[in-house]
Amino acid sequence: MGSGNRKKFDNPIVEWVDSRLPVFTLMNKEYGVFPTPKNFNYLWNFGAIAMVMLITMIITGITLAMHYVPHVDHAFDSVERIMRDVNYGWMIRYLHANGASFFFIAVYIHIFRGMYYGSYKQPRELLWMLGVVIFLLLMATAFIGYVLPWGQMSFWGATVITNLFSAIPFVGDSIVTLLWGGFSVDNPTLNRFFALHYLLPFVIFAVVFLHVWALHVAGSNNPLGIEPKGEQDTLPFNPYYTMKDTFGVLVFLIVYVAFAFFMPNDLGHPDNYIPADPLVTPAHIVPEWYFLPFYAILRAVTFDIGIPFTDITIITAKLGGVLAMFGSIALLFVLPFLDKHPVRSAVFRPWFRIALFALVIATFLLGMAGGKPAEGIWLYVSQFCSVYYFGFFLAIIPFLNKYEPVEKLPPSINDAVLDKNIKANAYFYAGKVK
Amino acid sequence: MKKILLFTLLGLVAVTPAYAAGDAPVPPHQDWSFNGYNGTFDKGSLQRGYQVYKQVCSACHGMKRISFRNLAALGYSEEEVKALAAEYTVMDGPNDEGEMFERPARPSDAFPSPYPNDETARYANNGALPPDLSLIVKARPHGADYIYGLLTGYEEHHGEEELPAGQYWNKYMAGHKIAMAPPLSDDMVPYEDETVTTTEQYSKDVTSFLAWAAEPELEERKRIGVKVILFLIAFAGVMLAVKRKIWASMH
Amino acid sequence: MSSTVDKKGKGETRRDFLYLTAAAFGAVGAGSVAWPFIHQMNPAADTLALSTTEVDLAPIEEGQAITVMWRGKPVFIRHRTAEEVERAKSDDKADLRDPETDEQRTKPGHEKWLVMVGICTHLGCVPLGQKSADVKGEYDGWFCPCHGSHYDTSGRIRKGPAPKNMAVPEYTFLTDTTIKIG
Repeated sequence: MGSGNRKKFDNPIVEWVDSRLPVFTLMNKEYGVFPTPKNFNYLWNFGAIAMVMLITMIITGITLAMHYVPHVDHAFDSVERIMRDVNYGWMIRYLHANGASFFFIAVYIHIFRGMYYGSYKQPRELLWMLGVVIFLLLMATAFIGYVLPWGQMSFWGATVITNLFSAIPFVGDSIVTLLWGGFSVDNPTLNRFFALHYLLPFVIFAVVFLHVWALHVAGSNNPLGIEPKGEQDTLPFNPYYTMKDTFGVLVFLIVYVAFAFFMPNDLGHPDNYIPADPLVTPAHIVPEWYFLPFYAILRAVTFDIGIPFTDITIITAKLGGVLAMFGSIALLFVLPFLDKHPVRSAVFRPWFRIALFALVIATFLLGMAGGKPAEGIWLYVSQFCSVYYFGFFLAIIPFLNKYEPVEKLPPSINDAVLDKNIKANAYFYAGKVK
Repeated sequence: MKKILLFTLLGLVAVTPAYAAGDAPVPPHQDWSFNGYNGTFDKGSLQRGYQVYKQVCSACHGMKRISFRNLAALGYSEEEVKALAAEYTVMDGPNDEGEMFERPARPSDAFPSPYPNDETARYANNGALPPDLSLIVKARPHGADYIYGLLTGYEEHHGEEELPAGQYWNKYMAGHKIAMAPPLSDDMVPYEDETVTTTEQYSKDVTSFLAWAAEPELEERKRIGVKVILFLIAFAGVMLAVKRKIWASMH
Repeated sequence: MSSTVDKKGKGETRRDFLYLTAAAFGAVGAGSVAWPFIHQMNPAADTLALSTTEVDLAPIEEGQAITVMWRGKPVFIRHRTAEEVERAKSDDKADLRDPETDEQRTKPGHEKWLVMVGICTHLGCVPLGQKSADVKGEYDGWFCPCHGSHYDTSGRIRKGPAPKNMAVPEYTFLTDTTIKIG
């Protein structure tokens, strides 16, 4: 971030500032002339979209916090006051509530894009791992935020999820008591959740900064997964991708706003409009949709794991479910070290492509299973899909490392862009360039 | 791209929460005036619904998140709102002598609840707590359709086991057993206009009123929403043109 | 967006026009989004609805004053003695910083009642003078201890840094002994 060999600016004020703190030089280097592969498709918009959602959530969140009261006696009422009496309060709250869902939609597509085109591979491993850290922080923030309105789902979701930690041997119960600040989810819990919900987005912001920094060290991956070899393969970020990102962001916002204004409660649960009641559990506790696949993995472990032919249990079903759930995210974290195949992009990895699509389908099925009672056919679906999820990372990827053929890659991005045959064969390859 | 869209749609289907359906059927879809992207409330229906609420429901059900001043949205003038508020008595105080006292309600007061606390409410209602109705339409799956279904869904008991005392059979209640006696019957509330005084009409009006109570911002929300979406579509169109223009000039 | 033949010159004009349109959309969008986030800080509907207060004046004896809360602010209600009213009226023609007659600051027929927002117009402190033991300042009305503003028996600024008289809120006499403020 030093000034390096700085170019002079014509505007005297800009020049005055830049010669003392080269922010304009930095911006121009990283977002102006930054060389970016010329063959991005629209999946590459989702990083910018996720950033816009983060900013939206922070702005709506801070304004909501101006009216919200983090106390069990007032939390629900204060949210209703926001909805009914605060000027445009309903708008801000619905944008915030639906914004969480659309933030996750953007992030899930962003993660899928990274997996499909092998963006996690050398030299972008740390970039990917920082992304998984952001994802984890995002999940924590969203879960904690859902507790704040203090409706029935808030309360019981908080109770169930914090109780996960009681599965930890020996110290589990003490940890849960520590999390609660009492003997059940109560006012101390709500207070600390509010404090953390205000804090974590800024932590996310800091990690996003590192994520983007790492991105700008290695440069972006692209649909072909081959590194740019020179100027003929890249475009300056501005105006090519600034304008394309703006367009993509606007299209995404249309869908988001349609939900926030016309179906504001369709992604939520009616039970959360009933004030929290510690004496009555709702008939079905369902987390928000973006947690359902992980919730299904949690519930898929219905059996104790022990030493065969003895009564000795090593891992109880409860602990097994918790380990599986956290394990499923840990596997994402170590993905760069599991996948050793030399080819990055799934465009040139037909076997990997099939396995990845199967993983996407398995994740969707897990999501559906997570929303249903854990019994009958849905239990088997979630168990089968969980096995596939873990199998993908621990068996299929090592297998592909060894046996998937290494296809011949195009000589350069520019050659591929000009070669109609490669375009025709490439799945998801929409780098339309004249 | 097509595949992504397909999966996204699949995802949205997948995420529709599974409701605790029990064995209750899905209430039939009603043609509410507030449905749709430009739906609005029918003020005549809201006023009649308020009358039904006041004369029937309010005996057991509170509506504490609504203030009398909110009734202006039903089409009442400021004077009418004051008069409507004055029909109720609220507790105020303490006065200079430290005593609580009763006074007629003002527009800024919230609707008083029929019971001082949940325990009294339960005691007076055979152990069942009549829920506050401010949010009832948003707090139940299928919203207004469910409330209408429930109010019109009382039938002769057709289960095998005996219904316990103080329980009634309702088609749309989860488990079919409900502690609320059939609240409405034909001609029980005299309407001032020519509207028919049937149970169905009462149910329709009072459900409209409760839908308004749950979402008083609905009309404004939809009105602003249409503008926001039209603006974003136009803006996106301009940006698409800009993007194409720039990319066309790429060498 | 069917692209017409881009002859030189024409193409550039079209591009400039597009950029300007996009910038205009961006500016309008940003402005429209900003408003709800600013307006949410203004008083909410329930806050505005609570803006009237009724006060029973019967228990206030001559020469006494009470302070009531209205919109979160103290309102001074003083049952003035005949002497105080006389003094206020005779000062109408004095050299006042914020000229107002005592008649303008009271209701006809209820001149002995002075109702005003008890906040010093300098920087918002609450002046002394409500209790009989209080310092009342050089003009025997109210005295603000923060920066030494003196108010007379009509609540008018006479000496010190305050620029204005203490404000008289909107109020009406519902009966001879009840007022509604706001």
